[in-house]
Amino acid sequence: MDSLIIKEGFPLLSFLIFFPLAGAVVLLFFNGEKFARYWTLAITMITAAFSILLITGFDTTTAKFQFAEVHNWIPQLNIHYILGVDGISILMVLLSTLIMPLCILASWRYIKTRVSQFMFSMLIMEVSMVGLFTSLDFVLFWVFWEFMLIPMYLLIAVWGGPRKDYASIKFFIYTLGGSVFLLVAIIALYMKNGTFFIPDMMWHHYSMTFQILVFLAFFLAFAIKVPMFPFHTWLPAAHVEAPTAGSVILASVLLKMGAYGMLRFCLPITPQATFLLAPYILGLSIAGIIYGGFTALAQHDMKKLVAYSSVGHMGFVTLGIFVLNIRSVEGAIIQMLNHGVTTGALFLCVGMIYERTHSRELSVATGIGKYMPWYVTFLAFFALSSFGFPGTNSFIGEFLILAGTFQANKFLALAAIPGAVLAAAYMLRMLQKIIWGGTNNPDQSYLKKHDLGIREIATLAPLLLFVFWIGLDPQPFLDMMHHSVVNLITQLNFIQQQAPHVASAFMR
Amino acid sequence: MAMAILPELSLLTAVLAFFVLSLSKDLNSEQIKNTAVGFGFVTLFCTVISLHQQASMFFGSYQVDLFTQLFKLMIGLGLFFVLIAGQNLKDIELSVRPEYYMFFFLSCFGLMTLVSSVELITLFVSLELSSFALFLLVPMRSDQKGLRIQMEAGIKYILFGVIASGFMLYGMSYIFGLTGTTYLKDILPGLKNVASQPAALFAVVMVLVGFFYKLALFPMHFWVPDIYQGASNETTGFVATVPKLAAVALLIRFILLVPGDAHILITLLIVLALCSMFYGNLIALVQTDVKRMLGFSGIAHAGFIMLGLLTMEASGYATAMYYIAGYVFMNIACFMVLSNVSQQGENLAIEDLNGLHKRQPLLALVLAVSLFALAGIPPFIGFMGEFMLLTGALRHGYLLLVILAAVNAGIAIYYYLSVIKAAYTTDPEGRPDVLIDGLTKAAGVILMLLIALMGILPSRLVALADSAVRAIM
Repeated sequence: MDSLIIKEGFPLLSFLIFFPLAGAVVLLFFNGEKFARYWTLAITMITAAFSILLITGFDTTTAKFQFAEVHNWIPQLNIHYILGVDGISILMVLLSTLIMPLCILASWRYIKTRVSQFMFSMLIMEVSMVGLFTSLDFVLFWVFWEFMLIPMYLLIAVWGGPRKDYASIKFFIYTLGGSVFLLVAIIALYMKNGTFFIPDMMWHHYSMTFQILVFLAFFLAFAIKVPMFPFHTWLPAAHVEAPTAGSVILASVLLKMGAYGMLRFCLPITPQATFLLAPYILGLSIAGIIYGGFTALAQHDMKKLVAYSSVGHMGFVTLGIFVLNIRSVEGAIIQMLNHGVTTGALFLCVGMIYERTHSRELSVATGIGKYMPWYVTFLAFFALSSFGFPGTNSFIGEFLILAGTFQANKFLALAAIPGAVLAAAYMLRMLQKIIWGGTNNPDQSYLKKHDLGIREIATLAPLLLFVFWIGLDPQPFLDMMHHSVVNLITQLNFIQQQAPHVASAFMR
Repeated sequence: MAMAILPELSLLTAVLAFFVLSLSKDLNSEQIKNTAVGFGFVTLFCTVISLHQQASMFFGSYQVDLFTQLFKLMIGLGLFFVLIAGQNLKDIELSVRPEYYMFFFLSCFGLMTLVSSVELITLFVSLELSSFALFLLVPMRSDQKGLRIQMEAGIKYILFGVIASGFMLYGMSYIFGLTGTTYLKDILPGLKNVASQPAALFAVVMVLVGFFYKLALFPMHFWVPDIYQGASNETTGFVATVPKLAAVALLIRFILLVPGDAHILITLLIVLALCSMFYGNLIALVQTDVKRMLGFSGIAHAGFIMLGLLTMEASGYATAMYYIAGYVFMNIACFMVLSNVSQQGENLAIEDLNGLHKRQPLLALVLAVSLFALAGIPPFIGFMGEFMLLTGALRHGYLLLVILAAVNAGIAIYYYLSVIKAAYTTDPEGRPDVLIDGLTKAAGVILMLLIALMGILPSRLVALADSAVRAIM
């Protein structure tokens, strides 16, 4: 337990988990539509405001887990209720809590049926997201990991598009099926260590076979969540059918859970297996980057385009993680944030068009630029950010990842470059059609009166702020995670030096 | 003395009361219903206050200790909720309702004496008492379509039941032959003396078969789908839940008797558990009748319970107890929804649940919670039970078993999800609203809370079950 800094007094992390839950319970009893909207907005805003307190109290000079809370839960099996955040998870928690109010705002008019149930699902979603990123006990983690499927399933299945049945069931079964072995791996680790406390499972010299099996169990679960090529097929379906807010949560937070899982579990718990299997995962990452780029280029449905671009972007993230040096991992974490901000924003933009034209077809949205200047301004910045234009957030992330990759293996970095080019191609193609495309076919002049309202600007503006903040001054974000990442990589290299027989050929 | 068998006495009173009621010509459905629920509550109350009784009665053939009383408490709870869930008896004619409840309570009485029996003859009589009363409940369903499926189901139930009893008696005769006694406490050392002979193990396995039948474990599951389908919703709600508690209690008792090297028995249980899970889950995938689906899911869950029993240690048995209790609540919750949604007591196909979220939001929520719990999604009891069973099995090194069991949890989600999908994502399409009374609402909320809280805070319950099991070891 010496890896924890216990928080005395107000249990901030528990508050962030249970406050939305309390808000959701209230919605069970009072379910007027208007009330549900304002209530949920208020709850998520308060949660977001309290999560800011995490930053002020966070000590960036240590890699330990902070704000920790420890309580007994199931003594028979040595299961505890342990929460805590380090430099990696605090960013994920903030991403989740800050994006929630924007999702509520985006659903303000989009969701017309069963509003209070929708808001209930959203709040439950927030509970499980924050819980997942803060839990330091594997059983607690698992509880949130699985529980999250219920609200997400409902968001897609109830408020989704025409193929919602197919998409929601595919999402549920894919994710649940992938994590079946994760549960077995968790129990197996418990047998070795006698505890479910995650930091106590890290940096042990388990036998190589054991490590590989556990790694594969982890990897399958997390790769599906990321999703890595070739486990990505649930993603376009789920994204396309989900309501806007569902897509945003899916892209901004859920996909991060996979990458977070790799950072938190694969690397520290099975380090030698990581070194052994990293080349294959890097290969899959490159395949994902290229594949995501090409498929995005071929899409006519804007939401599908953004969904496939996610596959590419997350390919960069897994590339950064498994190159296993400080620069690339920091880049990967920044890229996780970027993807949350930028792709979330792009989904919001697509949703705003859909609300007006009731179509997501690129051909129906051509030439909107002439009538909706505000809208396309936002869209343009987010699209530029998406392909890593200098000055925007993704540039920092992709640059760090590529720089780290160059350091490790030049061929690998060169192989990833086409992905960045493809990203520019599909984003600029979309921008060109939407902003400067022909305005007469179809006639979009009725949109003149329907440029963004204040609510919509308020939804997009904070995301734009982060696009430039991370893009122009990434240092505060890097400072936050720096010690945790350094600790991770140092320990990893230390373990590898102790076991020279796992020489990794690719790290020349 | 009477204090120790208070729950049994209360059930007997109920049986007599309904016997008297059945003589009356002038039947009032409200009165019958209220009497039944009232007796259910009294019995539950009796099981609670006699929880910590200790006694050995009737020449040592009847044992009252924490183990038996805990099971009686679970039976009492199950009974009470089954009575509320099926209080309307839509498909049972008014003229036979007093008899229905008479046999219902008699069956419960049999189950309660069963968990307390520690002598083979007593045990057999109790088992038959509970079974035969149950056999009679099935054909009491009124004949709606002239197909007489309830008769078919009743006959099948009896025939399969009698065969299972035959196996069991056969095994008991071996036990008596080998040890010369019918008292379990003497059988244990008696069997140890002959542990080297295969007959000893054979005898115990034969007896276990009888309880596998009650629990619906592969290959003694044949009766399940047809009886579930043929019996009325309310009857199925009872058949599918409460008797399984007693079955687990007796399985624990008899597995404790296994002499010497238990290796063969464990292998057998592993095989049966896996067959049960795969068979139940794979066949459930294609069911359209909700009751049949729940029947196959029950077969799969019976396999899961074996995971606890085959560890052959107190914590494993305790987890099995915890799991079966959760299973009973989850299933009663499902059957409560079915009984209430069904208009005239007809069987429901999955699409008959369409739009339930509009027709009756509370029942839709109850259904969703219980099905997610059955599927093993946290934080409900279904998950916690499954997790503990897997942990216990892996502690003994049954890695392959655990992996395959986990795979099964993945398979099962599909059919549970298809029911939830119907209830939550579709429109009613002209299906009528479902009206429920306050008692059902309260019971629904309590069941949901039980399913959630038992899953979130399991440690006390498992500790209690653990000390109960240690009391008989």
